[in-house]
Amino acid sequence: MQTLDLQDVGLRTVNATLHAQSEQTNQTAWEVTNPRGAHAIACGLDAPIEVSVKGSTGYYCGGMNQQATIHIEGSAGPGTGENIMSGKIVIEGDASQYLGATGHGGLIVVKGNASSRCGISMKGVDIVVQGNIGHMSAFMGQSGNLVVCGDAGDALGDSCYEARFFVRGKVKSLGADCVQKEMRPEHLELLTSLLEAAGIDADPTEFTRYGSARTLYHFDVDNAGAY
Amino acid sequence: MCGIVGLFLKDDALEPHLGAMLTEMLITMTDRGPDSAGIAIYGDEAPGRAKFTVQSGTPAEDFAELDTDLSAALGDTVRMQVNATHAVLDCPAEKSEILRAALATLRPEIRMMSRGTTLEIYKEVGLPKDVADRFGLANMGGTHGIGHTRMATESAVTTMGAHPFNTGDDQCLVHNGSLSNHNSLRRRLRREGIHIETENDTEVGAAYLTWKMREGASLGAALESALDDLDGFFTFVVGTGDGFGVLRDPIACKPAVMAETDQYVAFGSEYRALVSLPGIETARVWEPEPATVYFWSRSATPTTTERAA
Repeated sequence: MQTLDLQDVGLRTVNATLHAQSEQTNQTAWEVTNPRGAHAIACGLDAPIEVSVKGSTGYYCGGMNQQATIHIEGSAGPGTGENIMSGKIVIEGDASQYLGATGHGGLIVVKGNASSRCGISMKGVDIVVQGNIGHMSAFMGQSGNLVVCGDAGDALGDSCYEARFFVRGKVKSLGADCVQKEMRPEHLELLTSLLEAAGIDADPTEFTRYGSARTLYHFDVDNAGAY
Repeated sequence: MCGIVGLFLKDDALEPHLGAMLTEMLITMTDRGPDSAGIAIYGDEAPGRAKFTVQSGTPAEDFAELDTDLSAALGDTVRMQVNATHAVLDCPAEKSEILRAALATLRPEIRMMSRGTTLEIYKEVGLPKDVADRFGLANMGGTHGIGHTRMATESAVTTMGAHPFNTGDDQCLVHNGSLSNHNSLRRRLRREGIHIETENDTEVGAAYLTWKMREGASLGAALESALDDLDGFFTFVVGTGDGFGVLRDPIACKPAVMAETDQYVAFGSEYRALVSLPGIETARVWEPEPATVYFWSRSATPTTTERAA
């Protein structure tokens, strides 16, 4: 285990050291101590390494991640895992707004709650939240899966494309063009595998699936008068 | 972008350290607002006396003999403590209106930062650390306080454009965000006779609260109606004589983190503003909900009022 004390060496050294790890590195286990809510910790990683951050993080931790597994042993600030491409981010506490925004791939797991705009414009990332999520989550979600074991806030999935949403609790309101959908065997299978990958024990049959009604895909000439 | 910090103490033993704790929090938020900084601190109260914080661009001239001149005008003792560009004045409570009138006549260049019985407001242009050093904020004690670091977006970088803004006796407001209907609202409030000094959007927000309360609303009700009447983005923290409140607009894109322990309730625009507080590792840390008015008061139990967005 390699240890980087962020207060000692500074953010640039922490990130430069982690960036220097290649696919063949044999130094695969790292810990970052004293994060104290700093911004952009472990951003832009691209190696199959495991990084444990020992405390709460600020803006954009794990942004643009590829391959790496990042474990945040605290709560995470706004924009955590923004544009994640692959790999995995696990947050032990809560996540602030726009978690995993525009994420293309990989998995983000939140053991606590996620705030507003969770998975906004998601493009393939899978996000599993053990608690609740805030308003405007998965706005314009294009693909990927958002799993919520608790409740969802206002306007879930507003203007979404092909992203899928699975919510176990209540949904305060659905956004424009987002509707409840039938849970077919392939969805139960997918949800089972997502919960398993996230290490969360929940019964997939208790969830409801939501997704796009696909009425916003094309301009409806009957609405021309509205413009 | 701006930074807000707030600290409400439950444990009296921390009161002598309030200024030091708030100063450290404030300096952490320098990245969010390097152009000016301010602090509202609720400290000592002298029974039966009103307290004013005033500011001058030329303190050497304006504050010279000011207490003597004001005492003569009031026919009563006016005390003054000069602190850099600011001074704290106090006089018998029943003569506070006479003091305000006398001040305007005797020293027209002096500007009123705060009025009340416990509140003092200090704010200036400059890096938060320099502003804090200039006023010796770290040495101040008190029960609760609010700090602000400003990155101006809507109006000029001036002392009067810095936060906090005084909204009434012992009340103040700080703001992170930007209001988009401040010009029309300013015209409306001026027609109602509310004094607004600058082109700053937050001053209009503060004036709006002052107006609502003048019309009979409680601070909580005034904040709730702000959700209808203010257009734009805001995270507000308001200070009152015995507590503080938090309100975020329904979209809530401006960040806010709160922490609570047996010793304090703290507010920060970011978690890193809170990391030096005692016991933060085990504190309850959460984000305040949008369109919800939160209040912590020394004289009542905390309240939360959720409004439909």
